[in-house]
Amino acid sequence: MIQNLFDGILVGSILSLGAIGLTMVMHMLRFANFSHAELLSLGAYVALVFDKLLELMVPGLSQTIGGLSLTFSLILAIVISMGVTGVSAIIIDWLVFRRIRDSAGPLSMVFASFGVALIVRNLISLVFGLKSKLYNEEIVFAVRVSTDPLLLIKLDQVFVLGMALVIMLIFHFVLSRTTFGYALKAVSENPTLAQVNGVRLAHMIRLIWLIGGGLAAVAGVFYGLNNQVSFLMGKDLVLSLFAAVIVGGIGSIYGAVAGGFLVGLASNMALLILPSGYKPAVPFLIILIILSIRPMGLFGENK
Amino acid sequence: MIGIISYLVFFLTIGFVLAIAVLGLNLQWGYTGLFNGGVSAFFGAGAYGVILFGGSNKAGQLIGLGLPYPFAVAGAVLLAGLLALIVGLITTRLRHDYLAIATFGVAIAVENFARNAGPITGGAKGLRGFERPFESAINDPFWFNLAYLIFVLVVLIIVYNILESIARSPYGRLLRAIREDEVAAQSLGKSPARVRHQAFILGSMIMGLSGALYATFYAFISPQDILPILTFQIWSMLIVGGSGNNRGAVLGTLVVWAGWVGSGWALTKFAPVEAQLYVGTIQFIMIGLIIVLTLLTKPKGLLPEQLIISHSLDWTESDRDCANCKKQVGL
Repeated sequence: MIQNLFDGILVGSILSLGAIGLTMVMHMLRFANFSHAELLSLGAYVALVFDKLLELMVPGLSQTIGGLSLTFSLILAIVISMGVTGVSAIIIDWLVFRRIRDSAGPLSMVFASFGVALIVRNLISLVFGLKSKLYNEEIVFAVRVSTDPLLLIKLDQVFVLGMALVIMLIFHFVLSRTTFGYALKAVSENPTLAQVNGVRLAHMIRLIWLIGGGLAAVAGVFYGLNNQVSFLMGKDLVLSLFAAVIVGGIGSIYGAVAGGFLVGLASNMALLILPSGYKPAVPFLIILIILSIRPMGLFGENK
Repeated sequence: MIGIISYLVFFLTIGFVLAIAVLGLNLQWGYTGLFNGGVSAFFGAGAYGVILFGGSNKAGQLIGLGLPYPFAVAGAVLLAGLLALIVGLITTRLRHDYLAIATFGVAIAVENFARNAGPITGGAKGLRGFERPFESAINDPFWFNLAYLIFVLVVLIIVYNILESIARSPYGRLLRAIREDEVAAQSLGKSPARVRHQAFILGSMIMGLSGALYATFYAFISPQDILPILTFQIWSMLIVGGSGNNRGAVLGTLVVWAGWVGSGWALTKFAPVEAQLYVGTIQFIMIGLIIVLTLLTKPKGLLPEQLIISHSLDWTESDRDCANCKKQVGL
């Protein structure tokens, strides 16, 4: 029970990071982006590559930090991966979504995002192989926090949870204290009026992809640390991310964060009553429940 | 020679079966503008349905009801319709991409159920031991397959004709009206949510029929047959052919199916041994590229929709944004 609770909060923090970008894109560009989850796997693999590269170039970086399995090189690699993944998201938008946005309706973009997801996911598996990978091959033992009820926690997990919360806190300050935050709010409330006041829409769209992609990269690495780095990561997470966005209400960033935690918790708590094989279907049930009782989401506005 | 013919029979049978599903999708997307991201769910409901309703318990490995084949197919189609009824009830009145997300979720849930509900669905091993109608009477695989091909073709022609007459009927015009401008349709006293729901159910039942024919052909169904990739294959067939055009839907099916089979054959024959594991991966990239490139370069497909708005306006080409008609009316 308490183990499910902890695992739920941990997975929830990762989902929240991923859902922030998705909700921004779904609100600003008005389409359900099925390829967003692939940015998580892309971020995880880019970090893996730079982690190994940095270790080769500067051997000192391969030292682990404290009792974590995490190395200094991986920390640096995460930062690089955030940038690379964010820029990749901009490039994908420029190559595909922008062109379709100009010529066809939002549902064509939804459809295109399916295609993009297929291409990105399978290109990753073509380059990195079908087998899943680990950031650190060493086995890290979990610490037995309590025996009855049983609670096992790895130090890495505490780090992941802490970092996820810190990143979200930083993002909160960006939203509430910076010009970018105000501009984002203005654009999402009234794009035309915001443009009249000198907010450049194209610029804002690029920023949203950059930030959304960057946060997705972190989420991907954290998910990889907690499980494994696999090209199927995006496929496994896409429905949970949508569930988080819908629970929070499309366009609500704080809603997406809350939704992420809720979906993570619900998926893990559901294991108490459901056989574990049914876990992938839980986000779908959450979506159905929310859509039937409160379609605008918990934090969304009724339009 | 007989090998080539029996391969051709196989190719066309599956091609026609898939064409039926593509026609169902065309009713939803092409005519009504409904995004169904879970074609494989409704296809799967029909496929599992026909074996569960029509299979007999003789072999002891199946909990079939042993209904006569026509009833089993009807049951399979109704099962797919029931699934669509429930999902549509919640989603067809909401923001349009909610339907895409919810149907995508249904597909995952159905596959998940097929994989885990072992006592009913046979789990990962699937359901075997379905006795196909007339199989023992014909008693020769080649002639049976040929007869089955003709049967599937007849079903395809019937479905095609029904959909064509719907498209040309007032109801078909209502579907397109809702796709083009929901508010306008509403102002004429129509209920877009209800009509969308109807089209969604009908299209999903056609997909269920396709699944039932598929499972009958193989006399076997497993979760591997209803993976999400099936949805994308069906979508790519529709978009390549031309959504909103039933002839295009059938043409697109055969083109993409030929590309799929052909690329699979070429890759397994010519690709180096180490690459053999990645045949599926390369084919998935291909489907993704077909979808993205068609949307970018030829969004109307091989056979674009023939749009007829009104006989009083001179309409020469289809135009979704209605730029020409606005010009003609002086807007």
